[in-house]
Amino acid sequence: MSEASTMTDQIRVLVAKPGLDGHDRGAKIVARALRDAGMEVIYTGIRQTPDMIAEAALQEDVHVVALSVLSGAHMELFPRVVAACVERGITPENTLFLGGGIIPDEDAAALQDAGFSAVFGPGAHTGDIAEYVREHVPELDRS
Amino acid sequence: MTTETTATPNTQPNPRLSGRLAELEERLLDGDRRALARVLSWVESGDQRGREMLRALYPRSGRARTIGLTGSPGAGKSTVTNELAKAFRKRGQSVGIVAIDPSSPYTMGAILGDRVRMTELYSDSDVFIRSLASRGALGGLSAATQDIVHVLDAYGKDVILIETVGAGQDEVDIAGAAQTTILVNTPNMGDEVQTLKAGIMEIADVLAVNKSDLPGANRMVSALKALLSLNPDRGWDPPVVRIVATQGEGIDKLAEACDSHFAELQASGKLQSAELDRARQQITSLARANVLNQLHTESGEEHLARLANDVASRVSDPHTAAAAWLAGS
Repeated sequence: MSEASTMTDQIRVLVAKPGLDGHDRGAKIVARALRDAGMEVIYTGIRQTPDMIAEAALQEDVHVVALSVLSGAHMELFPRVVAACVERGITPENTLFLGGGIIPDEDAAALQDAGFSAVFGPGAHTGDIAEYVREHVPELDRS
Repeated sequence: MTTETTATPNTQPNPRLSGRLAELEERLLDGDRRALARVLSWVESGDQRGREMLRALYPRSGRARTIGLTGSPGAGKSTVTNELAKAFRKRGQSVGIVAIDPSSPYTMGAILGDRVRMTELYSDSDVFIRSLASRGALGGLSAATQDIVHVLDAYGKDVILIETVGAGQDEVDIAGAAQTTILVNTPNMGDEVQTLKAGIMEIADVLAVNKSDLPGANRMVSALKALLSLNPDRGWDPPVVRIVATQGEGIDKLAEACDSHFAELQASGKLQSAELDRARQQITSLARANVLNQLHTESGEEHLARLANDVASRVSDPHTAAAAWLAGS
């Protein structure tokens, strides 16, 4: 009871898969790793539209929106999710956007311009993702 | 059956709130979902701002109908919740959903996955879903669940569905938290002895037999009915409703069973007495948490360490030590 009522800095993460590819193994592994790092992970399942993801991010008031796409459609889908979020007041200033998938370096750079603070590829260590989140969430404007 | 909307809510911001909070309250009462989401976070985490907002919003709550859903992991609670939400939406009622999943006792992390079964509600702006981690609470809810419900209520939701963590036999807090409790069963959940046990079987106001297209459904329904016939008369016979949630079958009947229960609560005056019980329970549990918080100071922890030593080495016994800790001596 005492622990429950004094836990003020619990990090909440939305893990979502936009688009039509149904391969969510990576997303689930990341979700599990972030859970094991002590975070609350809202998992929404596969085949989500940008609006569905943005709506979930809004209602759940998450610190982090982590997206995974393996079909190669990340340049198409990722920026659309950010746009749907920004429409609802969820911006890179108050929320950390992370991308995951098989993403070439030049795309990663473009995604950073589109509001993603980091992109993690197949070689990424799950521990690094958790550490990245923990390091950067305090910098967000959550007022 | 709809909640009263005749009383015009006072939309003036509460004067006790300072600038930023007053603005947020105004946005929330204006229907701004982002403001609602932020206030829910503060309330959940016990943030001081959450407490102030709750104090300002609380007088506006008390109008929503609350329905709890509990049952074993995998019984289909999330799917039933999704279908019930759709049924209430068809009647034009707005819906809030609070879905609770367990926190890890080791890391306090959690996977909150109830939304996976509710994606078709996302495009409906009159449905607001909030996933909560149990954060160490043991009764199937989280410590902040009641407060979250109060805020959704004040926000103007007509119906609030509360989905508990996958419950075993003893997670019965939902019965105190919601006006109507649905227990979601499935066929072949064990022999009839399971239905005789105390605890979760006793708190159901409505019993749903989900997946009732599977073999064993008839037997489950008769076993439940037989059990219920042995219950002492509580003035309400919990109906047993067969459903197949994934197909939406039987959901209207389930919603009607909830309506009947609510009507009975109103007619018998139990609605008020249950509200008093809820208030009393929330006060005591908050007071208990407060007392514990006051004990867990630095000096309190040192004292506890000394007392633990005494108890472990048989110099003192647990009851004496607890009294000493409380007395601070």
